[in-house]
Amino acid sequence: MFDLDRWQEIWYTIKHNKSRSVMTAFGVFWGMFMLVCMVGAGSALKNGMESTIDGFATNSCFVYDQQTTEPYKGFKKGRNWSIQNEDIPLLLKGVPEIQYLAPVLFGGQGANNVVRKDKSGTFNIKGNYPSYNKIEENKLIYGRYINDIDIAEKRKTCVIGERVSEVLFGKNVNPVGQNVKVMGIYFQVIGVARSISQVNLGGRGEESVVLPFTTMQQAFNMGTKVHFIAATAIPGVRVKVIEEKINQILKKQHNIAPSDKAAIGGFNIEEQFTMFLYLGIGIAVLIWIVGAGTLFAGGIGVSNIMLVTVRERTKEIGIRRALGATPRTIIRQIISESIVLTLMAGIAGLMLGVGLLSLVGLVLSQTDSFFQEPQISFAVAIVSLVILLVIGILAGLVPANRAMTIKPIEAIREE
Amino acid sequence: MITLRDVNKTYYTEATSLHVLKGIDLHIEQGDYVSIMGASGSGKSTLLNILGILDNYDTGDYYLNNKLIKDLSETQAAAYRNEMIGFVFQSFNLINFKNAMENVALPLYYKNISRKKRNAIALEYLDRMGLKDWAYHLPNEMSGGQKQRVAIARAIISQPKILLADEPTGALDSQTTEEVMQLLGGLNQTGITTIIVTHEKAVADETRKVIHIKDGLIQNIQHN
Repeated sequence: MFDLDRWQEIWYTIKHNKSRSVMTAFGVFWGMFMLVCMVGAGSALKNGMESTIDGFATNSCFVYDQQTTEPYKGFKKGRNWSIQNEDIPLLLKGVPEIQYLAPVLFGGQGANNVVRKDKSGTFNIKGNYPSYNKIEENKLIYGRYINDIDIAEKRKTCVIGERVSEVLFGKNVNPVGQNVKVMGIYFQVIGVARSISQVNLGGRGEESVVLPFTTMQQAFNMGTKVHFIAATAIPGVRVKVIEEKINQILKKQHNIAPSDKAAIGGFNIEEQFTMFLYLGIGIAVLIWIVGAGTLFAGGIGVSNIMLVTVRERTKEIGIRRALGATPRTIIRQIISESIVLTLMAGIAGLMLGVGLLSLVGLVLSQTDSFFQEPQISFAVAIVSLVILLVIGILAGLVPANRAMTIKPIEAIREE
Repeated sequence: MITLRDVNKTYYTEATSLHVLKGIDLHIEQGDYVSIMGASGSGKSTLLNILGILDNYDTGDYYLNNKLIKDLSETQAAAYRNEMIGFVFQSFNLINFKNAMENVALPLYYKNISRKKRNAIALEYLDRMGLKDWAYHLPNEMSGGQKQRVAIARAIISQPKILLADEPTGALDSQTTEEVMQLLGGLNQTGITTIIVTHEKAVADETRKVIHIKDGLIQNIQHN
């Protein structure tokens, strides 16, 4: 029930002790403000991390050859070996949990390896299968990505990165159908790509030229060698499972000791992503501990000031009790005051924090910052307010208890 | 109405103890008009506080309306005070930030009477005290006599059976004292048992029964 008297008295207490109320409320205000800012910063970091990995299959792994470290079947340790084309169908057959499998080639290092007329630049050269675009997604600005026919017919086509296109053809020019010379051989541009993910294997997607895998192997005399295998797991299967199976098949195929852990290199994006995820959770937990601690400290400030208020109002409390106020009425009055002071300060801190985050978000959106969209969710705001409410009640309990120990007669006698 | 049997009260400090009431036996009938007189430290205010359930006693029995007042919880005591007893203090004990009407209405707030209704009743009582025009004034805008009349209105708004007044004229000049005593006398005539603690003989002479206390004991009861 709305009780005007109670609100009038709460307002009176706050109004007649302006500076003290402001100083007290500042603790809660600052705690809430810091909590909102930290949660917002945490969300900006999380958004940044997510956008980095966005467009990159998080259920993927990469496998590559390294020197053996154990002797096996008559082979000495320290032997060099390489993944071969023939391994690919074996892997597809032997690991049914693979969703996409893409062999990858890197090559063509050296200055000015890509030339068009009088313009040239040094870019990353990659040999990919169409399926690689399912793992590291590219947005095509012009044209198309490499397709199965390019692979089958070993066409001399290429997909160039946005930056490559700008350097060789200029800005806002569609180069599809034009030719570029990659390490001395002409390739026809079939598409211009922009990498969605900020994670790119073999160099930034914008600064890369992607050739059909089979064309690259043949045109640059790479034999049947594969530099990398990228693979994704079907939904519901952990990447670790396919990674282990791929390793087993490759070890068997290339006479590598099953116990040789160093002969096959690789990295598991799922594990990295999970680590990121836990890091994000860890940061969030830390933020909440620090933020809630700051809020709690603010709550102690409120409690202290309420104690002083109770002390100052001892006589008034005594009079009220003489006139029939029950202990419950007095407790309710003091806790209400504590809640109002805490909530007012907290909501002010929340609003200022949200305002600041919006401003910072606006500035960040104009820049190429790693941090993106600092904000707090509605749920976080509600949880914060509930925390404030609890703090307000707790902060009022000690002074209310103190008020209860006041004997009406002693209070009335007090001058 | 009020019966005290062998009531004792001792105040303890860290070093000493002070036996303030030493076996008080007293009976006050409903509608009585009683004053309690005695020197400072005689125990008269302590007696009044025990009668008002503002303070506890150590031994003996105190019956109020045939109910033994002992070991009451704070909530029970508050309910009794609100229902049965009205208080008037020497220093008025008005709440400074509330105007006269709100001060008078305060006991009704604790009876859960709506704001509108209790303010209307408070205005009636202020009118009876001749203070209707002062209803919206704060206590610090009023004279001592006006404040005490506001305090009396507050004390009787719950229609208590007993009115306890602790030196009600102690802070007032002689003319205002007379006015306040006329008010209290008038209230007693409406049937409210009125008990006044005073050290002023003129005030005590207005009552029908004067209880003289000395060193925590009732010396005599004088009938006027």
